[in-house]
Amino acid sequence: MKPIYMDNNATTACDPAVVEAMLPFFTEQFGNASSIHSFGAQVGKALKDARIKVQNLLGAAHDSEIVFTSCGTESDSTAILSALKAQPERRTLITTVVEHPAILALCDQLEKEGYVVHKLPVNKKGRVDLDEYKSLLSERVALVSVMWANNETGTLFPVEEMAEMAHEKGVMFHTDAVQAVGKVPIDLKTTKIDMLSLSGHKLHAPKGIGVLYVRRNTRFRPLLRGGHQERGRRAGTENSASIVGLGVASELALQHMETENTTVKRLRDRLERGILARVNNAFVNGDTLYRLPNTASIAFEYVEGEGILLLLNKMGIAASSGSACTSGSLEPSHVMRAMGIPYTAAHGTIRFSLSRYNTEEEVDRVIAAVPSIIAQLRKLSPYWSGDGPVTNPEQAFQPEYA
Amino acid sequence: MWDYSEKVREHFFNPKNSGPLENANGVGDVGSIKCGDALRLMLQVNPETEIIEAAQFQTFGCGSAIASSSALTEIIKGKTLDEALKVSNQDIADYLDGLPPEKMHCSVMGREALQAAVANYRGEVWSDDHEEGDLVCKCFAIDAVMIEDTIRANGLKTREEVTNYTKAGGGCSACHEKIEDVLIAVNGRLYGSEPKPRKAPARLPNESPVKPKLTNYQRIRKIEDTLEAIRPMLQRDHGDVTLVEVDGKKIYVALSGACQGCSMEAATLGGIQQKLIEALGELVQVLPVAALAHT
Repeated sequence: MKPIYMDNNATTACDPAVVEAMLPFFTEQFGNASSIHSFGAQVGKALKDARIKVQNLLGAAHDSEIVFTSCGTESDSTAILSALKAQPERRTLITTVVEHPAILALCDQLEKEGYVVHKLPVNKKGRVDLDEYKSLLSERVALVSVMWANNETGTLFPVEEMAEMAHEKGVMFHTDAVQAVGKVPIDLKTTKIDMLSLSGHKLHAPKGIGVLYVRRNTRFRPLLRGGHQERGRRAGTENSASIVGLGVASELALQHMETENTTVKRLRDRLERGILARVNNAFVNGDTLYRLPNTASIAFEYVEGEGILLLLNKMGIAASSGSACTSGSLEPSHVMRAMGIPYTAAHGTIRFSLSRYNTEEEVDRVIAAVPSIIAQLRKLSPYWSGDGPVTNPEQAFQPEYA
Repeated sequence: MWDYSEKVREHFFNPKNSGPLENANGVGDVGSIKCGDALRLMLQVNPETEIIEAAQFQTFGCGSAIASSSALTEIIKGKTLDEALKVSNQDIADYLDGLPPEKMHCSVMGREALQAAVANYRGEVWSDDHEEGDLVCKCFAIDAVMIEDTIRANGLKTREEVTNYTKAGGGCSACHEKIEDVLIAVNGRLYGSEPKPRKAPARLPNESPVKPKLTNYQRIRKIEDTLEAIRPMLQRDHGDVTLVEVDGKKIYVALSGACQGCSMEAATLGGIQQKLIEALGELVQVLPVAALAHT
């Protein structure tokens, strides 16, 4: 049976049209865009077209605001370090506790180096408190960096409003929009967002290509210095094939924006309802009213996520978990912990993330597969007995060390 | 996804002896819901022979935790309690044809459940002395708590010392930054990274320009004392060092045990030389005893 891929927040398949557009840039179109001869000039023209396509997807005012990078992580690092270098008198950052490690690990390092980092907490639904945020904004803050959408739960953050609030206090605003671009409409020219990160492989472009949007007149310091590429804001010979691929993917994403928010959303909702109707002691994580159309984060209580993933994989279904055991760390995902999800549920959280390539038939196959997998694992669980959890599970089973 | 052996996959997909055991007379609960691994081991022990006649488990945990539990019950069934207690976590891992380094704690949990269940059968109280931190060194599976404890117990100051004592960082070297982080967390700072002063600080006029010279006897005593301080470190790795001859600036030593012919011999001698230079306050050369024969 054909495998089912529902891990699109991890990475997506390259669209065939993207691959086709890229291929000539490995062969006859191999020139360096910076060269004066015709080999280079044609590549230069292709990059220009791709830049405009990304500009259109983001609703940026100018194509020169698009800076191609190697990945989302590079874009995030560039944004944060640029803001600190350009404003050395400001030594504070504001972010959230549920950011991607691309932001959090860098912030932790900066804290060690003496910078002050405020990480906004979130409530049970994964939302931040805007009053608390407002109270933290001051002339000491170099940058606010808040994700547009959370990768694990799909919860959307009010980044446009938060950017306005930062702007009023004269504070620069960056958003890691890696999960949001291509799934929710974005029109940067009508916002106060100064910088935005995106990653190609999350929207059916290849891996190894990213973008940092830098609003015109934003004070900027490059991460990589060298040649004049990207107007001196990101030196290094352009990854021309991938840039062309991202251009095509951006064009396609814009065309399918409605599909994402109608068809894909419907499939996601069908999946969630189908599973919850058949499995007891399970619930959806995150803000169900305000989230990405493709993401379903479902907590299955009293079982551990890796076991679920291995059994799903055996049935040809690919999903992911926020579980500790898949990442090599012992604690469950920092996002689940930040939302106060109990350990018995956080460890058993599975993320299904869909794309426009998923079908209703696939969704129904997953709905059919999940209940027996959960039942099989619960039969092994010391917290479970028969059809439900043991009475007072947390008291009934209290192992030696905590 | 983890690189699990066929054996691990087999015991995960079709676990043996799972579910509650009626009439269990020894039960061990170990693990931590916080860490995502918890195991209940139930034994039915024959009071006459102390033979484990049945063993069942219930596990909340990842694939390798379930496989380790299943393997444990298979290994101990039919054994006497004393025989069973000899089963080590490595035995469990070996039974499964190995576990990834990040997952070795699953086999440790299995062994602990066994100890707890036996203690429960015998009416003893079992207490866990096991604490586990984030994995730092992937090559040798050394976690942060183990490194921290070793730094504290031995007053370690540098990454090199941590590697000598724990092996952490002795392989691919990718974890050296993490080890330095642990050193800073314990010691409050990182020793050995401060820039060396370019020239000797100006002396006060009444300060003696040179250190009082050691007598020959004092000098050799000092060399011996320094070597004595190094020996426990080498003995940990089943090696040893003895002083053979002192000839001016040349100090000849004999390495023995595991140090002899070890690929790290040159590094070991270099380390000893560094310590002696510091102790004596003069430049000396440490040579293996073999070099003496050539003079």
